Amino acid sequence: MRDRKPWLLVVGLTLTWLLLAAQVSLTQLLLGMAVALLMVFRFRPVRPVQPRLRRPASAFRLLGRVTLDILRSNYNVARIVLGLTGGREIRPGFVDIPLKLRDPHGLATLSAIVTSTPGTVWANLSEDGSTLTLHVLDLTENQHWIDTIKQRYESLLMEIFE
Amino acid sequence: MTGDSLPAWASIIAAVLLVVGGLCTALGSLGLLRLPSFYARMHGPSMGNTLGLGCVLLASMLLASVTSGKAVVHEVLITVFVVTTSPITAMLLMQASVRRPKVPPAG
Amino acid sequence: MNGILDFAIGFAQLCFVLAMAFAAIRVLRGPRAQDRILALDTFYVNGMMTLLALGIRSGSTMYFDVALLIALFGFVGSIALSKFLLRGEAIEP
Repeated sequence: MRDRKPWLLVVGLTLTWLLLAAQVSLTQLLLGMAVALLMVFRFRPVRPVQPRLRRPASAFRLLGRVTLDILRSNYNVARIVLGLTGGREIRPGFVDIPLKLRDPHGLATLSAIVTSTPGTVWANLSEDGSTLTLHVLDLTENQHWIDTIKQRYESLLMEIFE
Repeated sequence: MTGDSLPAWASIIAAVLLVVGGLCTALGSLGLLRLPSFYARMHGPSMGNTLGLGCVLLASMLLASVTSGKAVVHEVLITVFVVTTSPITAMLLMQASVRRPKVPPAG
Repeated sequence: MNGILDFAIGFAQLCFVLAMAFAAIRVLRGPRAQDRILALDTFYVNGMMTLLALGIRSGSTMYFDVALLIALFGFVGSIALSKFLLRGEAIEP
């Protein structure tokens, strides 16, 4: 089997079907698998880019990091909303971040991470994919955010997807 | 009918999760109301979208699993949908507000 | 024991309703169209969480399906509205 990724998608869709049905029985399993197989192989021309998971185990490390960052930034944003910044004015602003990551699936994952972390929103990705613009709620120094994205997320994402 | 036969640890964990989730959601929406500019306001609701929703779903899964005696995990689906869809909304709104002219309409 | 849980569910529901009220005020106040869309988006997420809390309280799985549908349709609605802001039409030929 040269390309085993469709099977991953079939398994995922079957799992989704079972979760939606909220019961595990042979009937539901077969039905879900039939629908998943039909969808994956009928709709392949619509989605020509297939992901290449090089090191799926790193995804758990990424998940741990993201959970930690979500907790931390929730605390920070909550303080800003309540005005507990110690009298300091917050400065929202845009940051440009040079990106080396090119894989579309990696970029999609990065956008999900950035959006679900309070305090940062994905604003723009330049046409050639080399510069990511983020909007940051509390922009103290640009270099801090560039380092965060590049070292905490981008390196791991490139390890997983490229 | 909640918890006629719930063990103490489950109800305490679920209670903590619910309180934290509720507070996060309320604070996030308060941010939507209080922060000064549109770009700053984008950051408020994502608190409720992530930690708030996550805590409530965890509490729901925990209580349903303990009550029924088997693992109930179909709340994961909501998490997956929200995590995959919220970046699209955020990006489109950001793009729209970057490209729209600055002058607000009268009124 | 159940007292704690009942209190927590009530507290969470109160928080969600407050959050919905904040979002509703932002929908009414604006000032610009993108503020209203963002607030509407927040509003339905908060509504979804209110339903989930109701589902926890009643122990029924019916509310879960409703919450899932709100998540999906709310997403489509927000996308259509912000696409309209961006391009001037929601569905391009």
